[in-house]
Amino acid sequence: MSSLIEVRNVAKAFGGVRALDGATLNVAKGSITGLIGPNGSGKTTLFNVITGYVKADSGTVSFNGQDITGARPDAVFALGVGRTFQITRIFSRISVLENMLVASQRKESWIRGLTRGMSSAEEIDNAMTWLHFVGLGAKSHLEAGSLSYGQRKLLELAYILVANPDVILLDEPAGGVNLTLINDISEKIQALNEQGKTFLIVEHNMEFVMKICHSVTVMHQGKDLTEGSPEQVRSNPAVLDAYLGGADEGDDEVGA
Amino acid sequence: MTERSTPRWRQASTAVWLVAGLLALLFPVLEHNAAYQQIGVYTLIFTACATSWNMFSGYSGYVNLGAGVSYGTGAYTMAIVSRHLDPNNAQGGASLFWVCLLSGVAAMVVAYPIGLVALRVRRHTFVVITIAIFFTFQLIAINASFTGGTGGLFLPYIPWNASYYDVPFYYVGLAMVIFAIVLSALVRRSRFGLQLLAIRDDEDRAMGLGVEVGKIKLTGYVMSAFTIGMCGGLFALLQGQIYPQFVFNPLFDISIALMCFFGGFGTLVGPILGAVVLESSQQYLTVQYSNGSLYLILFGALFLVVILFMPQGIVVFIRQKRKQRSDRRIAALGAQ
Repeated sequence: MSSLIEVRNVAKAFGGVRALDGATLNVAKGSITGLIGPNGSGKTTLFNVITGYVKADSGTVSFNGQDITGARPDAVFALGVGRTFQITRIFSRISVLENMLVASQRKESWIRGLTRGMSSAEEIDNAMTWLHFVGLGAKSHLEAGSLSYGQRKLLELAYILVANPDVILLDEPAGGVNLTLINDISEKIQALNEQGKTFLIVEHNMEFVMKICHSVTVMHQGKDLTEGSPEQVRSNPAVLDAYLGGADEGDDEVGA
Repeated sequence: MTERSTPRWRQASTAVWLVAGLLALLFPVLEHNAAYQQIGVYTLIFTACATSWNMFSGYSGYVNLGAGVSYGTGAYTMAIVSRHLDPNNAQGGASLFWVCLLSGVAAMVVAYPIGLVALRVRRHTFVVITIAIFFTFQLIAINASFTGGTGGLFLPYIPWNASYYDVPFYYVGLAMVIFAIVLSALVRRSRFGLQLLAIRDDEDRAMGLGVEVGKIKLTGYVMSAFTIGMCGGLFALLQGQIYPQFVFNPLFDISIALMCFFGGFGTLVGPILGAVVLESSQQYLTVQYSNGSLYLILFGALFLVVILFMPQGIVVFIRQKRKQRSDRRIAALGAQ
């Protein structure tokens, strides 16, 4: 399988903190790739670099063979990379449905927005389908700010799905979501994946990751520690060390 | 269905719009006092400006305290062009109203580079930069020769009878108000308007969903300058003479913003309500008591009340009350 997203040796420092320190990542086309690692290992920063929210100090990011290092978020999105945020970010003072409509205009230039209405019947249908899927159908006319934390998470998932990018980066999709819904979400991700959609998922819920991911990359201290199938990763002692904050010599072993 | 789209609410709001429109249309016929007619013209000018200002600042959340740049540019464009077109009052005046369109275009041309620079920063920094740019323009007007410096510029004298002098101004002002409201409503219903609201709520997130925020913001900023520039032109023609301090007036910037906050920031009706209430009462107090500062005391008290009890403005306050009432009704039905 060819790589859809290729990250090569990306480094990023915030002041003295080296959030990323030569991270490399491959996301194969048509795969569900998991990105795990302890808190502070650079997963979210890597997401930010891929989607253009943070400029890397060095290294390259490419999507579908095209170099997207340093591209703006809207340009990255237009190419077909969509993402959610760990701390959900929705548009709180417009309605739930309007949130969905903001997302459903991926390939439209800004000037078109001046001459067209807010939505077409087809866009509303499509938006409602996804809202019903995540269980927010009945709330479509409420102000999005009135939703609970879990509902916001679902709304964010719904509007990234309505945007229909080629690859979807999910930052902790299962965080703060109830168990039944986690199963729903994982099933839907697998179903979409079977239709050819690629996913890159940051998640702390190991059961979720091990169940749906084809390949898992483990991050530790800004670097990719190892990559492999869920079974390989699970049985790798270095991964356990990283998670349990293992002794220093453990880290050295990895570096060696 | 939201509570705003119930048939009764729709009927009520249509009725209010109709009555308000009719009153606006008939005002000069019903009121013959020239002083009050002039209050009407000022109120219309401010209503159009506030509506247009809100179309960008209210929807996008970018509070522009330099709207006076557009107003002043429009006024000076009117002064310079009308002096050139009609040096001997040969045209009788009415055709000079068309120059307002030019004032609007000039304001847009000036707004473009300003927006390009100022919109690179957000929130408080944006506010400060717009104020700084505003004072730069005031300084230019005071010092440049084509503006007449502190001596200002005199416009062609329009030889109309004093008893109906203000009436044409009134109807041109009303046309500008209608234009501003229609444009603002169209923007609110367009994809572009939705993107402005998305920028207000979370600009970074909007970017991540493909919204070209730079271009959207600049378009809104430049669009909003058009009506404000036209109003500046109309104001200059009405005054017959302009000075830097009166057309590049910091009180204008603040008034416009306060009207929108008072009525309802980011709503369609809020700026209209704010401008009509505040501008007309200010003018009335000034005329009635020949005291140009009395209104400041009243406004101070009024704003304290608004900030304390309805910080989002009157329109939003009423909506929330309505919603609370309907929620209670639904809860009561559920309990039965």
